[in-house]
Amino acid sequence: MVEEQEERLLNGDEATAWAAYHVEPDVVAAYPITPQTIIVERFSEFVADGLVRTEFVSVESEHSAMSACVGAAAAGGRAFTATAANGLQLMNEILYIASSLRLPIVMAVANRAVSGPINIHCDHTDAMNVRDAGWVMLFCEDAQEVYDTVIQAFKIAENPNVLLPVIVSFDGFLISHTAQKVKVFKDPSVVREKFLGGPRKPAKIKLMGQEVELSLNPKNPVPVTFGPLDLYDYYFEHKRQQSLAMQNAYNVVKEVHEEYARLSGRRYGDGVTVPYKLDDAEIAVVAMGSAPGTMRYVIDEMREEGIKIGLLRLRLFRPFPYRDIMEKLKHVKVVGVFDRAQDQGMMGGPLFIETRAALYELESRPKVVNYVFGLGGRDTPPEMFREAFDELVGISKGTVKPFIRKYLGVRE
Amino acid sequence: MQKKWVPTPIEIAKKPDYILPGHRLCAGCAAPIIVKLTLKAVPNPENTVLVNATGCLEVATTIFPYTAWKRPWIHNAFENAAATASGVVAAFKALKKKGVWKDEEPTVIVFGGDGGTYDIGLQALSGAIERGHKFTYVLYDNEAYMNTGIQRSGSTPFAAATTTSPAGKVIPGKPQWKKPIGFIIAAHMNAYVATVNPYYWQDFVVKVRKAVEYDGPSFIHAISTCDRGWRFDPSLSMRISKLATDTCLHPLWEFDPETREFKITGQSLYLAKNPDKIIPVEEYLKLQGRFRHLFKPVRRDDLIKTIQDRVMKEWKYLLKLAGFES
Repeated sequence: MVEEQEERLLNGDEATAWAAYHVEPDVVAAYPITPQTIIVERFSEFVADGLVRTEFVSVESEHSAMSACVGAAAAGGRAFTATAANGLQLMNEILYIASSLRLPIVMAVANRAVSGPINIHCDHTDAMNVRDAGWVMLFCEDAQEVYDTVIQAFKIAENPNVLLPVIVSFDGFLISHTAQKVKVFKDPSVVREKFLGGPRKPAKIKLMGQEVELSLNPKNPVPVTFGPLDLYDYYFEHKRQQSLAMQNAYNVVKEVHEEYARLSGRRYGDGVTVPYKLDDAEIAVVAMGSAPGTMRYVIDEMREEGIKIGLLRLRLFRPFPYRDIMEKLKHVKVVGVFDRAQDQGMMGGPLFIETRAALYELESRPKVVNYVFGLGGRDTPPEMFREAFDELVGISKGTVKPFIRKYLGVRE
Repeated sequence: MQKKWVPTPIEIAKKPDYILPGHRLCAGCAAPIIVKLTLKAVPNPENTVLVNATGCLEVATTIFPYTAWKRPWIHNAFENAAATASGVVAAFKALKKKGVWKDEEPTVIVFGGDGGTYDIGLQALSGAIERGHKFTYVLYDNEAYMNTGIQRSGSTPFAAATTTSPAGKVIPGKPQWKKPIGFIIAAHMNAYVATVNPYYWQDFVVKVRKAVEYDGPSFIHAISTCDRGWRFDPSLSMRISKLATDTCLHPLWEFDPETREFKITGQSLYLAKNPDKIIPVEEYLKLQGRFRHLFKPVRRDDLIKTIQDRVMKEWKYLLKLAGFES
């Protein structure tokens, strides 16, 4: 049954804060950084007004924000933080530790270009720099999806078969600072009790023959040691367990998305990928974040002209849904992968490299080319995408010579 | 916080240990003694959570699948023990508010070495102290990066030889002086701060008890002798530890943030009243290989005097802070 909801005018940051309000984490530890700051501002208002019992820890750096989240989650609490760009880079060391300690922390990232040069506007380089840190990563298209996904993220993270931290990404300014109508649950207990099942229940493990809570709970019959020195005789097995957990996350993302859809009435594809006019497409574009909104507009325009073009938006980036990509794109002739991230010294952007690698498995492979676009918040108007999409059409017809990578909207 | 507690050796000896035998710290290392004494001073050790910065103590007590810790314990990274502790404290506070955690909030104790405290972890520590979380940070100060093989830190004393401040032909060991970490933490004005010496165990445990009972952050600075890094026979560990205080190199004091008063305590109080009993620093220096170049091949009276003068200057400063007129 779909639960009662109300419409509010919220930007992506505010939608995140509302999601956190409705989840009511035990600890929110965060540090201000544009374009994330509104999240912690709004959330601290919820704390100041007594709407949540959360301990808000205004730390002195993002490194400490993530460190405090590790402490809070290890203590058995729900921990949440938000950051962007340089803040995410500063956390990097602790991101790997959080995932290896199997702590279900949730973090919102308002994607922003990474210094230098310093720039506050959108690209995905920040998230891409932490793509191997062992976090489940979801990319949202708009503020509504941000609200929904932040709530889902806690349930994904805390699933006993996953127990991994989750990043919820959305485009800085384009989504973080753009207001739209967002439906939020009228009663926070729908989120806290009905969806999440009340306070976090840490997983149970066997330790020296006894069942203990995987937490720092002093009442455990055998106390847990978190973060021991782990050498060549065990480290590899622990990393293998971690990668299995990441594999498990794939199904859990889908299940949680579906379970949430029953309460909200909203779906984003199957929770993993969001295809658009792909079924009969000969040309496909692959992208993440807010750009797919503009892309759909261009695709509609081209469809009216009779051009068979479609879109595959990845909502889930880690674990990378390579089987979905193979399945959804196996029938197309040309794939254009759009990376809103730096590609320094690489064969192309990270989304391109992994998408292309996934398609390599196919018997009959489409041509796959890369466009790097929109760095540092460079505008991405429909005409720019149209130009690229026309080029993809040209490749499919043999009138344009295929290439590996191009840069869109840059002065060469 | 000013409850009078005068523990007897039997009382302390009878209290259980929470760091168990079998850990791999070196013979003669003072760190496990500091951990034992700290946990014996906690009124309710069963309701305690421990946080450990990266370092000798962490590495040598937890080689997977073994652990020496009989309390919940977390190691996160090198520079963030205080930030990690603030998350632990905040989580139990919230869980208590929600009725999920029904007991008293646990006592949270951090153990960090000098590298993790003076240098890489200073920012996280300062932030956590400023925010006022109720936790006790115990610095075991062995005056260099011993875990990585004796490199100089912000705590390494003047003229000490380490692998990155070697006693060379031109530069005789570390050219800089030790950072006054206790005063830096005291300057936050909201933390109970005390220096301790495991040799003077009674002063040690009384201060730790005050620290954990203080309703706010607290900081314990323990001198922690290291026979490998300081280059002495392991059997001399406590003798050298004692000399650190008897020479006034590591005087015993405490800072009460409520009254804003510095107090000299224990053996140091005795020395303040009986200055003739202060032992020359040379007695401390000559037992340690890290200062060997002050004595051999040629005796460096100039450097020994420089150190002695500095120690007396700092001692006088402390006497003044503590209200001793001289």
